[in-house]
Amino acid sequence: MKIKIGAGILVFFALMALLGPPLIGADPAATSEAGLQGPSAEHWLGTTQTGQDILVQIVYGARVSLGVGLLSALIATVLAVVVGLVGGYVGGAVDEVLSVLTNIFLVLPALPLIIVLAGYLPQRGVGSVAVVIAVTGWAWGARVLRAQTLSVRRRDFIQAARASGEGPLRIVFFEILPVLLPVIATSFLATVVAAILAEAGLSFLGLADLSTVSWGSMLYFAQNGQALLIGAWWWFIPPGLCIALIGTGLALVNFGIDEIANPRLRTIKVPRKARA
Amino acid sequence: MRFLARRLGFYLLTAWAAITLNFLVPRLMPGDPVELLVARMKGNVDPAAIDAMRRAFGISDASLWQQYLDYLGNLARGELGRSITFFPTEVSTVIADSLPWTLGLVGVATLISYLVGTSLGALLAWRRGTWLDGVLPAATFMHAVPYFWVALALVFVFGVTLRWFPVSRAYGLDVMPGLTPEFAGSVAYHAALPAITIVAASMADRILGMRNVMVTTLGEDYVVMAEAKGLTSRRVMWAYAARNAILPNITSFALSLGFVVGGSVLTEIVFSYPGIGSMLLKGVENEDFPLMQGIFLVISLAVLVANFLADLAYVVLDPRTRQESE
Repeated sequence: MKIKIGAGILVFFALMALLGPPLIGADPAATSEAGLQGPSAEHWLGTTQTGQDILVQIVYGARVSLGVGLLSALIATVLAVVVGLVGGYVGGAVDEVLSVLTNIFLVLPALPLIIVLAGYLPQRGVGSVAVVIAVTGWAWGARVLRAQTLSVRRRDFIQAARASGEGPLRIVFFEILPVLLPVIATSFLATVVAAILAEAGLSFLGLADLSTVSWGSMLYFAQNGQALLIGAWWWFIPPGLCIALIGTGLALVNFGIDEIANPRLRTIKVPRKARA
Repeated sequence: MRFLARRLGFYLLTAWAAITLNFLVPRLMPGDPVELLVARMKGNVDPAAIDAMRRAFGISDASLWQQYLDYLGNLARGELGRSITFFPTEVSTVIADSLPWTLGLVGVATLISYLVGTSLGALLAWRRGTWLDGVLPAATFMHAVPYFWVALALVFVFGVTLRWFPVSRAYGLDVMPGLTPEFAGSVAYHAALPAITIVAASMADRILGMRNVMVTTLGEDYVVMAEAKGLTSRRVMWAYAARNAILPNITSFALSLGFVVGGSVLTEIVFSYPGIGSMLLKGVENEDFPLMQGIFLVISLAVLVANFLADLAYVVLDPRTRQESE
């Protein structure tokens, strides 16, 4: 049930990002005379100070927000898989070094680090922002994957693979990796949420590429356009709501997977002993 | 105390990593900060001034190793350089002025969020299958809400529309800073909305985390045994189930601190709260690299100290960590 609702939300936003812009056709940056109008039949979600249509911006923003989120989660997950699996399988000094590195990145506060790194970037394009977010966001996945690798490597089929002369790289990426795919998938989904939030935070501070429309940059312009003081709630509510909804969708899928793994977590009514 | 000694060793290592990262990042990024500054000033800079800036950043033609030693030496003397934004104020002074505000705000808010969230999570697990399960979808939603968006919504509703709370600054213009009840009241009044933001945005993680561990704990034999003995349900819930469920929860809490701090930076900025989050943004906006570096270092060290405190709590709560033999 949770997975279905969550997947439904995700499919909705994915379709919006993929099909929305060609369907709408309008330019998200196009200004008009009709500034700061509330929702109406003409502008379903109202307009910004300069008369940009907010619904159009939301639809285009979905591309950037989801795109950056997926791209940096992809990079982060590749890093996590390499560090976690190699460390967990090889063990010894390599594992010690990689574990310490993972724990260090786990403890260091990510967003301040992202802000500082973004401060040094000569150009803050979509790609470099995604890389900066990925560099700070791989550690949690690596830690989880290392722990899982430790338990998998003792299993018989790994011993068999080693006995039959397979090299360590082949064992790690062709024997262990497929077994861990569900774990990698949940860690990927959690990283997407974190990356979308980080991108939104960075854009909100005006530290990402402000010439592209993303949900974070919409909030940046809403804040700087005094949307709050003017009472233009339609300007800042939708982008934040979209971010939170995507996060909810991803979390629901993840929690659903958790519940399959650990049935006790489910919310169904259980026959209970009387606990007076 | 082997557990604590090992943790302390790890934090020292991490502190060293943060310091080294701080040293390396400006030197490894494409172009150096001085070139970046010169480029943004369209090149109208006196070569002597460029030289002076290089020295101020500690960038010289000396070997990277020598620069690193100089950097560590300055750091040991508490010298973080001079801020460009607030020239000629020392970075350490800027941080000393803003850090108390952040520590107070984030410290109190995190404590409230942890206590309330954990209790609520325990309660949700205990009363599983009742109407309280309705909290879960809300918590799942709040778990993914950006801090700054909560801040914006609170400003809009309680600041601008209802005018119940002030929406910027840390205390009113009409009070003098000092140890007076008026000043304390003004500070608390101004901190209300930012604190509520941090509590609301960070509590969902604590609720969901505690519930999930607690639900698993409730199935353990010792909980069934406690019930069979006829202990009061309150005693079973808090002294048997929650007490054990809280251990993994402390670990995940410590790991989430970095995330909370990141959210607090954004919250401070929305409320123009004079803490180090607002200073960090000022630093980045003004290409004030010494200030950025100093603040990142202080935030990292603060998170490490908080992690160590969480470890201390763990030792108090879990007798196994106090055993000398492993």
